[in-house]
Amino acid sequence: MTTEPVTTEAPARQRRPRPQRPQPGSRGRPVADRRLGYVLVAPTVILLLAVTAFPMISNVWNSLHFDNLSFGGLPHKFVGGQNYSKMFTSPEWISALERTLAFTVVTIVFDVVVGLALALMLHRRFRGRGFVRAAILVPWAVPTVVSAMLWKTMFDPRAGFVDYFLGAIHPSWSSLTWVNANVWRSWAVIFVSDSWKNIPFVAIILLAGLQVIPPDVYEAARIDGASAWQAFRKLTLPLLKPALSVALIFRTLQALLVFDVVFILTGGGPGTSTESLFFLNYQTFITNTDFGYGGAQSVFLVVLALIVSAVYVRWTRPVT
Amino acid sequence: MTAAVAGAGTTAVPARRRTGGTRARKIAKEVLFYLAALIVVVIALFPFYWILRTSLESNAQVAAGVGGQNGIIPSHLSGSAYVNVFKQQHFLTPLINSAIVALGATAVTIVVASLAGYALARLQIRGAGAILAFILLAGFFPVIAMVGPLFLVLKNLGVLDNIYPLIIVYLVYTLPISTWLLRNFFAQIPAELEEAALIDGATRLQTLRKVVVPVAIPGVFTAAILSFILAWNDFAFAVSFLQTPGHFTAPLAIVTFGESQFQVFYNLIDSAVVIISIPIALLVLFLQRRIVSGLTAGSFR
Repeated sequence: MTTEPVTTEAPARQRRPRPQRPQPGSRGRPVADRRLGYVLVAPTVILLLAVTAFPMISNVWNSLHFDNLSFGGLPHKFVGGQNYSKMFTSPEWISALERTLAFTVVTIVFDVVVGLALALMLHRRFRGRGFVRAAILVPWAVPTVVSAMLWKTMFDPRAGFVDYFLGAIHPSWSSLTWVNANVWRSWAVIFVSDSWKNIPFVAIILLAGLQVIPPDVYEAARIDGASAWQAFRKLTLPLLKPALSVALIFRTLQALLVFDVVFILTGGGPGTSTESLFFLNYQTFITNTDFGYGGAQSVFLVVLALIVSAVYVRWTRPVT
Repeated sequence: MTAAVAGAGTTAVPARRRTGGTRARKIAKEVLFYLAALIVVVIALFPFYWILRTSLESNAQVAAGVGGQNGIIPSHLSGSAYVNVFKQQHFLTPLINSAIVALGATAVTIVVASLAGYALARLQIRGAGAILAFILLAGFFPVIAMVGPLFLVLKNLGVLDNIYPLIIVYLVYTLPISTWLLRNFFAQIPAELEEAALIDGATRLQTLRKVVVPVAIPGVFTAAILSFILAWNDFAFAVSFLQTPGHFTAPLAIVTFGESQFQVFYNLIDSAVVIISIPIALLVLFLQRRIVSGLTAGSFR
């Protein structure tokens, strides 16, 4: 999806015979333009390098050293791969990895299925479509703090409506403590809060994908006697692949890097049972001020993010 | 789902035999569809109603809990939580901090991304593809991988627990999407428009300021809205770098409201939640078309 506009549009631009005009004063323009171009792009590139490439190099360097502020007086000794071997043998980190991967798989499957259903609904013309679209955008646009605090209130047995409604259905379902009382209930609240906030994004991207499919494709299929389900499977889904890959890459990376909602709702608890990779990495950096071990965890997450992006980019390529 | 797909070829309907059965089925389908749409809206918005409702309860009502007289509609309304959130919790300071940081990041983003977007769209620089790919990749960079090294840098510079560095740090959220969006926007503006000004002897920068930017205002505006939302919503950097309550941004402050009390007063938390959601909700409700186009622009076309 990503590099695609670059490769398709760049050659087209070169073919445009624009600056070859013998106007006075415009002679040196392409060269001067190009020079100006670099000057204009420089701030963006430098700023982004400063906030990404620099930390990346710094993390790699720190990860090869003992670098803990709590032991401030100690020299930053070179320790080779020790931080990495510590990470790969740490039961806490390995459980966080397993948990994060499981959470990612469950959320992206759920979000894409529900998001697709929503997109198909919004693709139809109906009265109030604009309102429904605006309504689902609100959960996406508000801060994660809002979506987390909101569901914390909802699931609170005294303040929320979840308990109120469950209790109305059956008395024995009421007065349940959700957050931090039980591993599964804690995860349920995280999952609900995260999906409620992020499904709208999937739906909006998929809706845009549906809207660029030419309607005559369906017309042809109908004439050929295809059923609605066949048209969906054989036409809609394949044609939706670019949009699907955009939605998937964003959601997969967001889910692998889940943090805010965990921090705010459960703080990793009960015990350590809802700690994600990002959460553990945050604790290592900020709570334990261990920048060597934390650096190793960050390097792992960057590599993971790169692999995920590469897989999705490759997955979409052949179609286009 | 299948109904929606068939909707793409609605011309099929009149061709069908119009018996009473199919007609009733059609109406039933319509009703079910609107029912589904209604459920979607309720799921999206009812929690906001509940937050608003809770924020308007008194401390006594919160302590008593939901139930009986105090149900979906509270037994009586009180603005005490809104007063307390400003008087006791000093919520105005974090709100101002958030506004400074989000508006600052938006302003920097717009200037810097407009220049880069224009250069990438118009001034045939070598390696434009590679630069765009890097910018995109930067947008996927895991935030936590920035936290450690930047923490050390800010600490060494003596600006840890200071909101102003966040303006630069937040560029990782705002710059990639804005540059892409503006580059696509500039590429759509007809080149002839600039040509005319250039022939009249204007320099590139003059044309950019006087001809291109005015035409590109809608694109710049879209990038600004998205940047503001993304910067306003940050939690990870704020919780990592800010330490004293007076320096907190609004999202961070809300989380500590809950922590500081033995009993959680949801009316207090939820009044703050309502307050920080208002600017975002207004942006979305009035500018949804623009936000949607910004979100989807250039992502796969």
